[in-house]
Amino acid sequence: MDAARIEQIINHHGCEAGSLIQILLDIQNELHWLPREALEMVSEKLRVPLSRIQHTTTFYKAFSLVPRGRHEIGVCVGTACHVRGASRVLEVVQNVTGIQPGETDAEMKFSLNTVNCLGCCALGPVMEIDAQHLGRLVPDKAADLLKNYQ
Amino acid sequence: MPALTSAAELERLRQEIVSRNHPDRPRVSVCAGAGCLATGAARVIAAFDTEIETQGLKGEVQVKATGCPGFCERGPIVVIDPGQTCYLQVAPKDVPTIVSKTLKEKTVIDRLLYADATTKERAVRESDIPFYKNQERNIIGNNIKIDPQCIDDYLALGGYSALAKVLSRMTAEQVVEEIGKSGLRGRGGGGFPTGVKWDAARNAPGETKYVIVNADEGDPGAFMDRAVLEGNPHSILEGLLIGAYAIGAREGYVYVRQEYPLALKNVGIAIRQAEEYGFLGSNILGSGFDFRVQVHRGAGAFVCGEETALILSLEGRPGEPRSRPPYPATRGLWGKPTNINNVETWANVPLIINRGADWFAQFGTAGSKGTKIFSLVGKIRNTGLVEVPMGVTLRDIVYKIGDGIPGGKKFKAVQTGGPAGGCIPEEHLDIAVDFDALTKAGAMMGSGGMIVLDEDTCMVDVARYFVNFLAQESCGKCSPCREGIKQMHRILTNITEGRGKEGDIELLEELAMTTGSASLCALGRSAPNPVLSTIRHFRAEYEAHIREKRCLSYSCKDLVSYYIDPQACAACLLCMKRCTSEAISGARDRIHVIDQQKCNKCGTCFDVCPSKFDAVVRLTGERVPEPVPDALRVVVRKKAAAHAGQKETG
Repeated sequence: MDAARIEQIINHHGCEAGSLIQILLDIQNELHWLPREALEMVSEKLRVPLSRIQHTTTFYKAFSLVPRGRHEIGVCVGTACHVRGASRVLEVVQNVTGIQPGETDAEMKFSLNTVNCLGCCALGPVMEIDAQHLGRLVPDKAADLLKNYQ
Repeated sequence: MPALTSAAELERLRQEIVSRNHPDRPRVSVCAGAGCLATGAARVIAAFDTEIETQGLKGEVQVKATGCPGFCERGPIVVIDPGQTCYLQVAPKDVPTIVSKTLKEKTVIDRLLYADATTKERAVRESDIPFYKNQERNIIGNNIKIDPQCIDDYLALGGYSALAKVLSRMTAEQVVEEIGKSGLRGRGGGGFPTGVKWDAARNAPGETKYVIVNADEGDPGAFMDRAVLEGNPHSILEGLLIGAYAIGAREGYVYVRQEYPLALKNVGIAIRQAEEYGFLGSNILGSGFDFRVQVHRGAGAFVCGEETALILSLEGRPGEPRSRPPYPATRGLWGKPTNINNVETWANVPLIINRGADWFAQFGTAGSKGTKIFSLVGKIRNTGLVEVPMGVTLRDIVYKIGDGIPGGKKFKAVQTGGPAGGCIPEEHLDIAVDFDALTKAGAMMGSGGMIVLDEDTCMVDVARYFVNFLAQESCGKCSPCREGIKQMHRILTNITEGRGKEGDIELLEELAMTTGSASLCALGRSAPNPVLSTIRHFRAEYEAHIREKRCLSYSCKDLVSYYIDPQACAACLLCMKRCTSEAISGARDRIHVIDQQKCNKCGTCFDVCPSKFDAVVRLTGERVPEPVPDALRVVVRKKAAAHAGQKETG
């Protein structure tokens, strides 16, 4: 963890307690997770108790308190995708990766999440891998696509 | 660019921009909204840039990456002016032909035009396509004309003239009165009269006041606000500025969910440009009015769309709603009077100021004025964003604009109002869509999600889906919501997994009543809607699940089995190869059999079995027949390939 970079982020937001969420989002974007040392720094600098930071990081879905895999899979389970069979796609993705939503595999290859709507409902069911949208999925196509990632 | 200091300067600049962009100058507009980008719009834009250069048109043709016009189903969308020629599903390989034929030779390429599914009739102009023709696109109609990262495009269409009018010719009271007179109601779901809300914040005592754009669009399957944020961010800022002036606020926030990266980017650019042009900052247009705005990213919590939760989140805390009163109008952000409106509400404000309350009120019904953008998704041919006057019937939206259900399936219901909305069945399709009629039908307007469901959708599963969503998003602060939704979810899961029992429906109704009446915020209070509306209109489906363990839509996988009919199987290997759980055994000359223990019920075999065989059957509420004995699985093929479909077993 780059302590100087974390400090830079905190200072960029004026070191204010009101900016806690914005600071945590920037750290999350930078490191893809929130290591405890980073949170301790934020707590000290902003003079916000670590317990409140813990409350905040577990309340909002954007934050991860464990390291994430090399590839982030987000299976859309928004309503439009759901009625078009997203749960079948999700199940196959779970089987192939061996992980449940919210988990990362032991090799740190994939992290799996469900997302509530990617807003490209015309392509449903959709998943995104590393911010790339993959649409009009059926279970076996989703399984095939996962083979392209190392 | 030096900041503008008066309304007259703004008007001069606008005329200058308009004279620079001659209407006869060829222009290619490509939708660069998130939906079209997902289907490759960025590559199409790049192809235009290269091809225009190669074909020697550089400097003559302008290529614009615009906001979303709404027809997501047929993206990427390209509109060519002059002439409004609209090409759909354009791929980079089509671009050289478009440049040579349409831009150079001025001819239309038929195969890229919209063609009616039944009459095969083609539509050249965007406005002739039935999807658009039956809409009233006051707000999103401008998206295709604007590069959202270019303020001049917005100014060319009269942008910020409503702000100039307000600052130079109207008092704050007059602004509030005009908005009140228009009948505008909050587009985020509450439907509260905007004029009344503004008046309360205006009259609240206190020097410091805030205005906020609620862009925490969290309903799954709804992306109206995103299209406006991405496609025309200045219209929202202009509305916000007018509201700030009316209420007496000097500071504002745009609260955007971080799941919308493009919206965040475009809003950020718009704010910087507005500052540069002098629409934000001190002494705006020489009026003495000061206003600044900041963007705040939401970190992913559905409940933050509720205004008291949103305020806490802005203060850097977990967004747990508090009880009202006091309302934010008197005690909001940092304890100061605060006015929060939804994206679409703010975007309506400049239109009302420019064209007048009477113009706005001509659209809509007695209680709901203006137009509303809906996100029409699910089992519908034309997925996309639809802007219609309030009062249009659901049937017109689904069939005239949406072009009905794909795949020859039968319509079952429309779900409106987001996760806490309700389902409207066929017999109510003729109701006029407005705030009050939808509520009366057991659904609600919500923020504008409209999910079409067909015969393959199980209504018990739909209720379970929404209740599961709400259970996950409940902040847990008050027990009726936290526990009530969890119990409803448990019962619904039992029913969809074949463990339903007599009395479950009544228990669900009782839990729904309690959760709905005792919860703290709108999330819990409206959580019963998906349960009660599906029980009300589709009780038979609940009963079939509970009593006969049957899912009539073959959607609840614990109640469905897949079975290969040995009489029909042609041993073609297709289902076996594509099975996702290696549950199918067979060979080139052996009838395929599904191992029911291994089958994960993904349904791939049913989908891929060629229709000439139709050998894979779905069963629900009945026992799966015993597999054929091994000795009888041999398929003897006739020599002639023409008879591949026929077979004999022996």
